[in-house]
Amino acid sequence: MPAQRLHSRFSPHLALLPMALTVLVAYIGGALWTLRTSFTASRTFPSDTYIGVAQYVRLFDNERWLLSLHNLAVYGAAFIVACMVIGFVLAVFIDQNVKGEGVLRTVFLYPYAMSFIATGLVWQWLLAPGSGIEGAMRQLGFEGFSFDWIVHQDLVIYTVVIATTWQASGLVMALMLAGLRGIDPEIYKAARLDGVPAWRVYLQIVLPMLGPTVATVFLLLTTSVVKLFDAVVAMTQGGPGIASEVPAKFIMDHLFLRSNIGLASSGAVTLLLPVLALLAPYAYARSRRARLNGGRA
Amino acid sequence: MNRLQAAAPPMPIAHAPAAARRKRHLTPARIGVYAFLISAALFFLLPLYVMINTSFKPMQEIRMGNVFALPVAATLDPWRDAWGAVSHGFWNSVAIAVPSTVIPILLGAINGYALSFWRPRGANLLFGVLLAGAFIPVQVMIYPLVWMMAHAGVFGSLPAIVVVHVIFGMPLMTLLFRNYYASVPHELFQAARIDGGGFWRIFLQVMLPMSLPIVVVAAIMQVTGVWNDYILGLVFAGRENLPMTVQLNNVINTTTGTRLYNVNMAATILTAAVPLAIYFISGRWFVRGIAAGAVKG
Repeated sequence: MPAQRLHSRFSPHLALLPMALTVLVAYIGGALWTLRTSFTASRTFPSDTYIGVAQYVRLFDNERWLLSLHNLAVYGAAFIVACMVIGFVLAVFIDQNVKGEGVLRTVFLYPYAMSFIATGLVWQWLLAPGSGIEGAMRQLGFEGFSFDWIVHQDLVIYTVVIATTWQASGLVMALMLAGLRGIDPEIYKAARLDGVPAWRVYLQIVLPMLGPTVATVFLLLTTSVVKLFDAVVAMTQGGPGIASEVPAKFIMDHLFLRSNIGLASSGAVTLLLPVLALLAPYAYARSRRARLNGGRA
Repeated sequence: MNRLQAAAPPMPIAHAPAAARRKRHLTPARIGVYAFLISAALFFLLPLYVMINTSFKPMQEIRMGNVFALPVAATLDPWRDAWGAVSHGFWNSVAIAVPSTVIPILLGAINGYALSFWRPRGANLLFGVLLAGAFIPVQVMIYPLVWMMAHAGVFGSLPAIVVVHVIFGMPLMTLLFRNYYASVPHELFQAARIDGGGFWRIFLQVMLPMSLPIVVVAAIMQVTGVWNDYILGLVFAGRENLPMTVQLNNVINTTTGTRLYNVNMAATILTAAVPLAIYFISGRWFVRGIAAGAVKG
């Protein structure tokens, strides 16, 4: 049956056609299209007038973009550190053979099932000056209590940190806990025999052993930082003023509201660079490992 | 269940850290551990409590009272109003989520099967790029996709948003199935080949029937992701098909005049209800899905 043989031989290629199209057209094609557009004078519609790096010059002259980058750096550092610390500490405490572990894990992880929109809206309400936590504390008798970060130009970005850390630190906890469970219990025994206090065991022995887990968590958190958009839209809409603008929102606004596709594309390309810089060593390590393991990743 | 464990990292085996195993009764250290975990759990539950609490209060009580106080005259009116405000979005989200879950799972299964057993030339490179694509901010690809959809005449429609979800869901779906099939003994595949099975026959009659556990995990991840999506629905779905998250944000953040916090919170709960229900019902499967996607990524 040569016909059927032939059919079967090309079936895998045919079957992978949707994936090939996705990769080549949507991902690579889309990224190249955006790269190309970033060198053109495109406004409302894509244009073919090349203007070199003028859009990038304009971009880094733009107050709002620079503030967005600054916000992203502040947000990213605070969010990643907070998630890592909270996630690790929760995982370590849960790993102490506690009762009700299942319930605790469920409680710490449930926010991760909620959308950034819902998360942002809940925290917007909780942090609303006068009516949320602030109002409640004042009614409880703490007249001078003040927690109005969400309307404070310099502090508003930290309210986004609070909301998204609440949403994501359970994920870090779950991944860290899985990592902790993979560690040889003998280590705890040996450390105890040597009289090493528990906190030092975790910080100086266990944490370094969790290296791969920490790297994965770091990669996940970093990409979610770069993508930060929904939570800001729901919580602050970039305000007060432009105080909580972030790059992803800058790009979306210039694509769809301000009709400046060229400028938005240069922003998107700029946003892509840190992601690639982070992915490259990761991909290199993977392919190296794959080669060492004889081809199977 | 065994098959699932092969795909996900091995489930934690409870080991009792030394100190806890020897002394079961409460020591000051144990009390400290529980005190910390319980207060952390309360902090994580606080937004959910405030959300539910607020949704049952009449506006008058919200203006007067504090967010933590239980409702005095509980009412269901906010829920009725909230459902009226977001029910259209709910059904839109259902219409988007069903095809956006079924199609990516089917494609992910085919991709994973072809990548694991047939390994056509160049497929692994494509897969590598696909995985990298999962980390790239959608802003890089969004405008080219808008442009393509507009030229194909489908922009702002149900097919458009489904295609976009297929594109952005493909990395995780493919990864889940590839790792799952990688744990299936290769001899099984060889035997099916010797018996004369072709590409599709082996897929449909051998592989697919044993894929139920990973299909469940993939469905949980994809439904949750699609339901919680905001940015793609906002751009691609069109006015008639806006998903629930977009409608919720519009209702709350673009409405002028008095803010009806009770209705807002009821609407937020309604929007978060589907993924939360999936999370609470599926429990560990949800965690496994996250871990399988994250750790092996």
